[in-house]
Order: sequence, then C-alpha cells, then structure tokens
Amino acid sequence: MAYSDKVVDHYENPRNVGTLDKNDPNVGTGLVGAPACGDVMRLQLRIGDDGVIEDAKFKTFGCGSAIASSSLVTEWVKGKNIDEAAKITNSAIAEELSLPPVKIHCSVLAEDAIKAAIADYKQKKGA
Amino acid sequence: MVKTPIYMDNHATTPLDPRALEAMMPYLTTQFGNAASRSHAFGWAAEEASEQARERVAALVGGSGKEIVWTSGATESINLALKGVADFYKDKGNHIITARTEHKAVLDTCKRLERSGCEVTYLPVDATGRVDPEAVRAAITDKTILVSLMVANNEIGTIHPIKEIGAITREKGVFFHVDAAQAAGKMKIDANDWNIDLASLSGHKVYGPKGVGALWVRRRPRVRLTAIIDGGGHERGMRSGTINVPGVVGFGAAAELALADMEQEQTRVRALRDRLHQAIVRDLDMVYLNGHPEHRLAGNLNLSFAFVEGEGMMMALKDVAVSSGSACTSASLEPSHVLRACGVEEDLAHTSIRFGLGRFTTEEEVDHVAKLVVEKVKKLRDMSPLYEMAKEGIDLKSIEWAAH
Repeated sequence: MAYSDKVVDHYENPRNVGTLDKNDPNVGTGLVGAPACGDVMRLQLRIGDDGVIEDAKFKTFGCGSAIASSSLVTEWVKGKNIDEAAKITNSAIAEELSLPPVKIHCSVLAEDAIKAAIADYKQKKGA
Repeated sequence: MVKTPIYMDNHATTPLDPRALEAMMPYLTTQFGNAASRSHAFGWAAEEASEQARERVAALVGGSGKEIVWTSGATESINLALKGVADFYKDKGNHIITARTEHKAVLDTCKRLERSGCEVTYLPVDATGRVDPEAVRAAITDKTILVSLMVANNEIGTIHPIKEIGAITREKGVFFHVDAAQAAGKMKIDANDWNIDLASLSGHKVYGPKGVGALWVRRRPRVRLTAIIDGGGHERGMRSGTINVPGVVGFGAAAELALADMEQEQTRVRALRDRLHQAIVRDLDMVYLNGHPEHRLAGNLNLSFAFVEGEGMMMALKDVAVSSGSACTSASLEPSHVLRACGVEEDLAHTSIRFGLGRFTTEEEVDHVAKLVVEKVKKLRDMSPLYEMAKEGIDLKSIEWAAH
C-alpha cells in the first residue's frame, strides 16, 4: 500500500509538533487512543477569550497516517472559532489525505482529539 | 555511498541466487520436457534433473532424495503433512499438538482440522518463544497422532529444542512434523538424529525460486499420507500435478549452495546481525530484544522500540525493507500473535521491527541502517506523547486509555 503524497508530506515535515502548558487555563488538551491499539494522539489548543484557536500543537504515537492526520488538523484548527473547529469531520480529514479504508480510524482519532481538546478547555472554563 | 533501497527482509523472501538461476535456464528454454514423459529424451532429461534436485533438497534435512515430495511451497507442504497424516491415521487418533507461535499455514490448517473432528493442543511458549519439551510430553495422549512445530520462528528467529522433542515423539510413537522453511540451509538439521518424520521446505527462503517447495516424508519407519491434490498420481500418489522442473532444479541448486557455504555464511551473517544490534542499543535506550538471545537464527534481529509505533517507524526507514509486528501492517488490527504468545505487552508488540539479514547483506548496509534507525527513533520519540509522559515519570499503565 503506497501512501498519498499529502500523507508523506505531513509525515516528513510535520506541522506544529510540540507541547503547550497543560496547566494554562486557556489550553485545552485532548489525549485519545491507546498504546495497546497502536495509536495515541495528543492535541493541545490555546484558545483566546474570544473563542478563537490561537495555537495548536500535537504529539502522536502511531503510523504515518495517524501522524499526518494530527499534523493536518493542527493546521486546520488554527484561526478557527472552537465551534467551527468542532465541526471538522473525520471524512474531511480522510478525503484530504486520501486515506485508504484500513486507515480511516486514524482520521476518526484526529476528529476525537479536536473534540477532546475543546471539551477539556470548556471544562477548565466551567462552561 | 550505500545503494538504496536496502533489502533487510530475508525472512519474507530471499533473492534468487544468480547461480540457481543459471542452473534453471536450460529447463526454462531448451529442456522443457515433462518429467513424467517416460518414452522420449525430453522427458528423461527433465526426470534426471528432478531426481538430482531431490537429493540436493533432501540434504537440507539430512534425508534421502527418495523421501522428497515436490510441492508449490512450504504452505502446501504443511497442508499436506497435517491434513494428510490426520486423514490417513484417523482410525488411530485425532489429536494434534502444535504451538501458539506457529506460522498461519499451520494454525489455520489446524483450525480447519478442528472443524472436521480433530482436537488440537496449542502449546504455550516461554518469554523467548521456546516450547518446553516436557510440555510436549505432557500433552501427548493415546489419541495423539502428530506433533507439528517449526524449527525456527519466522518473526523472532527462535529455534525450538527439536532434537529433545523428537526423542519424546519417537518414544511415544507419535509422528513429528517440522516446518523448516526458515531454518533450512541456515542451520544443520538432521532428520534422522532428531527423529523428525516430516519436514516442510520452501525454495524461495533459501535463495531459490518462488512457487516451489518440498515435503520430506520419512520412509523408514514409513509415514503414510492421504493426498490432498488428486490427479495423475505423481510423487508416488502423494501429490499429483506435473513437476515444476525449472523450479525444482533451482531449488536443488540453491540447497546445494546453501549447504556448501553454510557455516561460513552464517558466521558472517551473525556478526553483521550483532553489529547492527550493538550499534542500535549503544545510542538508544528502551530497546528490547524479542526472541531468544542465543537460540535464534543468525540473520534475525527483532527489536521493540518503546514509544515508537512500528509502521510509523517503517515509513521513516523508507529506503530500508524491514517488517513489523505492528497491527498496522496487516488488516487484522491485532499485533503479532508470536509476540503476544511470548508475553510481550500489546503496546510493545506494536513497536517491533524485524530485521532479516542474509547472504547479500553488507557491512555498509548494516552501518547505514543502524545510523538511520537511531536518527529516526529519536525523531519519532520527540513526536511521541508516550515518550514525553514516560520521561515525566507518568506510569502509562495508570492511565485509563479508551480502546478503539
């Protein structure tokens, strides 16, 4: 199975790898997946008081498609309002990266990571 | 500058040795006769070539050419051995003993036999992948007809104590089949001294061609089989179908080459394997060897790189052909059944990489791969949330992960 050019590009030049301060009240952290399943994604979003995502960082344990999916969503969510970001679907991610059926779960995980990060932020804000 | 891509997946298949190809060429061109044609020179030449190849292939297990049944490969040989013995001796018993780390060709054949009334014991292995001979003894009942084990494992390279097990099966009067696909031509196998009754062999694992294999079937004491492919009654009725003459000639030539240089070649391959291992563990922490440190194939190195997923790793090693026990490499989504049977945790099973060194592996290639592995593992660990958490002292087992 060959990887699409976009997967290879994100894998070789991953965008926004890193860590934000998880104790910052404006940072939402989403940790999804499981080591036993072979993929774990951590997506962190710094969200302004106006609800706009100012920064996004990820770290991922997983295959090339999982790394590419997380790299892609960090690009997509930046500058978006959290309500818009929450509408990003796994199918949009899978389509952009031309993921084969066996790799769809990677895009599902990326969607889950966005939702988990936003939920963490909202919980911190008591909203 | 090392030439890429680098092939380090010699358990999957080996390249055809040019000398074996040369031996095959006449039988792909001018000497095209059917070995079963008894009435003319074309047939005689083909038969003579096939008979010579039998002797050479039988030598891989220290047997006689008269005991060789040609097949299409080790998978067919294994099917014939297991189904053939189970059917022929069904009045004697219906119990088969094998191990959890066997190749799918054995495990799936056993599952089919279970559906048709056989009982199968799947023995556990120790953490290095070895079966305890005493566990074989304990599993034998008065219904047991066959024990089937691999000589060496295709994933982790672990070599079973075949001689000790053969002594037990012979004492108990139970047939002993070995899957020797990975081990043949790479270590000494003595079917007589080890009391092996049937041995499955493959051409393309010993630098011969694909699509050809053999089942060695002991004549004294005789082992009988029910054929699974019917037709013209070739191979003494055990396997019908026109002999793949160029294939068996290439297999025979490859077997002869492997045995002639075996000790020297394995010493060289083992030294390269150890060089690769040492270079990797010198520069990386939390790298774990899967399989047995000593009882293993010379060309096998199977390592788990904690916190780096195997398929992601293989993508980083894009100019190096290796293989992984990660689920991501298969459609099953389950990590390697071999590593799981050895008690390797699922998370570590997902991080395993199998390096398979062979006849054509060079020192330059080993040094290049070692350097690349170290560099890529460091890069991927910098991207791994698990590595960061482990470094912070978080016990990953204490986290409630959501399985998906």
